[in-house]
Amino acid sequence: MMIFDELINIQVKEMAPSGIRKFFDIASSKKGVISLGVGEPDFITPYHIREAAMHAIHTGKTFYTANKGLLELRQEICNYYLRRFNLSYNPNNECMITVGGSEAIDIVLRAILNEGDEVILPTPSYVAYAPIIQLSKGKVVEVTMTEENGFKLKKDQLKKAISDKTKAIVINFPSNPTGGIMEYDDYLEIADLIKENNILVISDEIYAELTYDKKHVSIANIEQLKENTIIINGFSKAYSMTGYRVGYILAEKPLIEMFNKIHQYTIMCASTPSQFAAIEAAKNGDKDIEEMYLSFKQRRNYIVKELNRIGLRTHLPEGAFYVFPSIKSTNMTSNEFCETLLDKENLALVPGSAFGADGEGYVRISYAYSLEEIKQAIERLERFLKSL
Amino acid sequence: MLKEMLSLLEKNARIEVTDLAALLNTDEKTINDQIKECEEKNIIAGYHTIVNWENANTEIVKAMIAVSSTPERDKGYDHIAEIIANYPEVNSLYLVSGRTEFILIINGSTMREIADFVAHRLAPIEGINTTETMFILKEYKIMGEIMDKENGKPERLLMTL
Repeated sequence: MMIFDELINIQVKEMAPSGIRKFFDIASSKKGVISLGVGEPDFITPYHIREAAMHAIHTGKTFYTANKGLLELRQEICNYYLRRFNLSYNPNNECMITVGGSEAIDIVLRAILNEGDEVILPTPSYVAYAPIIQLSKGKVVEVTMTEENGFKLKKDQLKKAISDKTKAIVINFPSNPTGGIMEYDDYLEIADLIKENNILVISDEIYAELTYDKKHVSIANIEQLKENTIIINGFSKAYSMTGYRVGYILAEKPLIEMFNKIHQYTIMCASTPSQFAAIEAAKNGDKDIEEMYLSFKQRRNYIVKELNRIGLRTHLPEGAFYVFPSIKSTNMTSNEFCETLLDKENLALVPGSAFGADGEGYVRISYAYSLEEIKQAIERLERFLKSL
Repeated sequence: MLKEMLSLLEKNARIEVTDLAALLNTDEKTINDQIKECEEKNIIAGYHTIVNWENANTEIVKAMIAVSSTPERDKGYDHIAEIIANYPEVNSLYLVSGRTEFILIINGSTMREIADFVAHRLAPIEGINTTETMFILKEYKIMGEIMDKENGKPERLLMTL
């Protein structure tokens, strides 16, 4: 019998399985579980977008596309970024289509990292960045974002993390899991530091359209940082198109060329019918965005009010569809809290520690659920807290 | 906020005041006051339930009737519309552009009842020239609700990144 262990790449062997995975397995094995653990919108993709995918299939538009994706889609994405975020990119050479934001994270990090390069990662953070940095033989340097600072990235902490090995920083605002955002002035505060140290900024803006009461600002909106910035975005969250797997990268031409080299050999191109659906979304989907935005905002108001009422201190997040309440008052670790909650009340939440050590003491609650589901979950959570 | 509240009520007339207040980040008194004001100003014109009678094994007959008429001096179509609208059988009434002037939807328990209404009530109204009755054979979607919901919502995973 083969000993597979010896045959596996060391970085992969050392890669920790996602903290969410474990809970998923427990939750799936139980009956009657309510989950507020999902990281995708609950809307069915708007019909005109679904219809565009079906039309592509009906009419046989199912061949490979250009590696960088359909030019019409890249054009629509660049129009969209200009229209909504006031950022201008050239569809011919500063934009490429990926298989979701996930592929973009992978190829960007692989394209820029050499062994030992440091990547600054503000945490709590989305779970994929650290493992992919390590897979690319980079070194993760964590920077804590605290609840007191509204889970924003602050200059002092960033400064301490920079060394002569710093190659890049990965930011994700609005943030999964905290719902925190960065505004223009917040970025301005750290701009010189990034410029002076010649750092690449990987800005994952997948939740951009879910910024409440304010307009989303990209770090690329700081003029001097536009050339440093690699924007990652996609159609999953803004148009509820998670299963289509369409993401994109916006960056300077020499960078896109390098990313595209990996992409052409590993992926070839993103799914063609999905790309046609994405054209329809970018072209005619602004109204869908508004409707979903409003619905998420209402549910955010609802859940924050309810969580505070039942005794979990929760700040009002300004973006995404997560709240990140503190569970420190229970004196439990976030893992214990979630395990006991699942065991006693059949309610699945995601422990904050799944998003890095800095997430300890918090839980991630998604409100991408119907009001009825949220109500039931709150009821169970309230009963659980009272029983402690 | 008024528009948001009305949209929520339009989607679900049974939504509770406490929920509306939490969703719109305000208090119950504000919501109650606004609803009352909307009712008084006839911004909220009524609260109805969408009934799929077929699933209740109850037969009801609906028809859409196109009515052409001649406008009256000074009053235009408003006077005729008022007369038609006053009949309780008339569920909805619209003045429309196109070949006829009015489209109305009427409910009855039998085809005969609807035929009698057209012949004895509607057609004789002064100013009405012709009527064209279209019996509704099947209802697919009413006020945004699909009638035949066979497959519920597609499933999502329990937890994702």
